[in-house]
Order: sequence, then structure tokens, then C-alpha cells
Amino acid sequence: MQTSLSTSLLNDWSDWLPRLLDGLVVSLQVTGLSLLFGFAAGLVFALLSSSASPVVRWPSLLLVEIGRGMPSLVMLQIVYFGLPGVGVTLDTFPASVLALSLTTASYTSEIIRAGLRAVPAGEREAADALGMSRADAIRFIIVPQGLRIALPTLMGFAILVLQISALAFSLGLPELLSQAYSIGASTFRYLDVLVLAGLLYLAITIPASWLVGRFEGRLATNR
Amino acid sequence: MDHVGPILAAAPVTLGVTAAIFVVGALLGVVLVTGRRSGNRVIRSTARTAIDVLRGLPPIVFLFIVFFGIGSGAIRLSPIEAAVIGLGLITAAHMAEIYRGSLLAVGPGQFEASQALGLSRTTTYLRVIGPQAIRVAVPSMITWAISLLKDSALVSTIGVAEIMSVTNQDARSSGSSLTPFVIAAIVYIALGTPLAFLSRFLERRLSLSVRS
Repeated sequence: MQTSLSTSLLNDWSDWLPRLLDGLVVSLQVTGLSLLFGFAAGLVFALLSSSASPVVRWPSLLLVEIGRGMPSLVMLQIVYFGLPGVGVTLDTFPASVLALSLTTASYTSEIIRAGLRAVPAGEREAADALGMSRADAIRFIIVPQGLRIALPTLMGFAILVLQISALAFSLGLPELLSQAYSIGASTFRYLDVLVLAGLLYLAITIPASWLVGRFEGRLATNR
Repeated sequence: MDHVGPILAAAPVTLGVTAAIFVVGALLGVVLVTGRRSGNRVIRSTARTAIDVLRGLPPIVFLFIVFFGIGSGAIRLSPIEAAVIGLGLITAAHMAEIYRGSLLAVGPGQFEASQALGLSRTTTYLRVIGPQAIRVAVPSMITWAISLLKDSALVSTIGVAEIMSVTNQDARSSGSSLTPFVIAAIVYIALGTPLAFLSRFLERRLSLSVRS
């Protein structure tokens, strides 16, 4: 009885796995694109909110605080259900990417800003003494070093974005959680299929956070 | 046209759920960190695995496992019970890591000195190590509470009538989709901002060394 139960569970899992893997691919696509756009926008916001001019600094700080202050779920709902109200209608996939990119940008801009601030003042002074322009100093001296300092935290945040991507379930995006839930709804085997989906998430997040930990350790010893 | 009233009326539910989850997590976190630092290898690796799994799963996936997976079988869980258990356990895992870091921040000399004075393990933790570790832990705990306040929005997916689910209903029944969500965003920001200030204040107040 026990063996037949566990073989039937394994059979079910192998039946469900292809659909779940399709969902995982969607989750990873949304995560990857959101990280790409989010990191880029985060760097821009980090530079704007470190600007010396208050007219530039305050609005960008305000936007970042709004982005960080609202739940990612609210951001998803605003983009998907709210934007059509002002004439912008997006499909679930681009809506998820846009919402997660905005959330990513808000959080990473603060992470990158902290990294930029951690670059020793002597670096900026040296660039100044060498007669580099401000833009060149930022581009070649401050940003590369600041990003390096911020890198482990950014990598840790990337893992979080995969977790947040599960919220796109609420828009009906066919990502991993949606696939698991709809299999659960048709078979009434919620526990089995959700645990399998959870294992797929863990198969990525646990090794990834282990790698981030090792990378952090290496950077710490290098300095 | 009144969106603000119902959404604001749900704010106490969000705050209550968040507080319950936080208390459960802060207490269970003590259990997990004790296991994580245990001298017994089996206990230590079990606690470690539990912490890694709880931190590695997307919170909504674990919430669904608790509510639809476990809570609809032999045990019946109400949405609020499932929310507090599910997010409470995830919070406990993060708290355990915060506690662990804070305990490590207390130098080994303090343990050695307590031992040299002949203090018991319990006294050492309660009277010597604990008070020093908690100073380090509190700002991170409040930072977690702020993100928990926002993460609590996802319990709307299992039917807890907090800000997010009231907002969804409002958006559906009124047909205006942007305004309710913007109001919800403002309410969340308004609730989180005092906590953020508290965190910054306590961080300055509790830090032993003056930062450059």
C-alpha cells in the first residue's frame, strides 16, 4: 500500500512536471527581464538621487520611496488593472515585467546609492586632481567601484525578485505558481503539487543564496 | 465614489494581522536560533534546513501550501489562522538569522567572562549576551516589520479582509480601477513611514559605537 502510494505520487509528479517547468520558464523570464530593466533604472535613480542639485534629488528620492513603500502586489495591480484607466492596456506578461521592474528599480537604487556612497572620497578627489571631468569621474571611477561594493546585495535582491514573481499569479500570468494552482484546482491535490512547485523554487533559490554567500566571503577577503 | 472610507476601515485588520505574524515570528525565531546554535548536530542541521527552506520559498507559495495544502485536509484552517501560521513561520526563519547575526556581534570575550564568573548558560544568555544582542537586533527587526506590513497584502489572496482585498472588491464593484489601488498604496506608505523613522531613530539610539 505504502509503495503503491509513493509510486503513484511519483507518477503524478512526472505528469505535472512538464507544465510546472513551463511555468518556471515564464517565472525566470519575468525575473530576468525585470532585473535587466530594474537594475538599469535603479542605477539611473541612484545617480539622480545622489545629485548635488535638490531639484533633481528630491523628486527622485520621493519616487524611490513611493516604489519601496507600496507592496509589490499593489504595484502589479496598479500596472495591470489601473493603467487601462488612463489608456495604457498591457498584457499580463509585459504588465508583470513593468511592475516588477519598477519595484526592482526602487529597491536597487537605494542599494546602489549606498554602494556609491561607500566609495572613498579620496577616489573622487584623485579624479579631480587628475583633471577628469565630473561625468568621467562618475562613469569611470565612482560607478564601477560602487557597483562592485553593491554587487553581493544586488545578487541577494535578484533571488528575492524570483520570489516576488510568484505574485504575478494574481494577474493570471501562467508562471510556476499559477500552473501549480490550476493543477491543484483540477485534481484537488493542492498539497502535492504546491510542494512540488515549492521544491522547484528552492532548487533555484537555495543554491543561488549559497553562491551569493560564497561570493560575499570572497569579496570580503579580497579587501 | 467614496473609496477612502472602506480602504481605511480595513487598515486595523492589516495592522492586526501584521502584529500577530510578527509576534509569532519573533518568538518562534528564538526557538529556531537556539536549534541553529545547538551543540547537537541533528538539531542544528534540522534547524538550518528549516530556515533555508522557509527563506527560500516565495512567501505566497508557502502561504498556499499552508492554506490549500495543509489547511484544507485533516486540519481546517481559517484564512487568518493560515496567514499567521504561514507568514509567522517565514518571519521566524528571518528572525532566527537576525538573532544569529546579533549574537555573533557580541564578542566571544563576553561568553568567556561569563563562564569564568561561573554563570549558568541561562543567566549568561538572559543577563549578559541577550541585552547586548537585542540592541543590534532591534533595527533589523523593525525593518523586517516594515516589509511584513507590505507582504501582509498577499494574505488577501486567501481571503483575509485586509486593505488589499477590500481594495480589490472596491475596484471590481466601482469599475474605477486606478483610484482604489493608488489609495491603497498611499495607505500602506502612510502606515510604513512612521516605522521607518522609528527604525532610523532606534538605530542611532541603540548603536554603541559612533559611526563615521
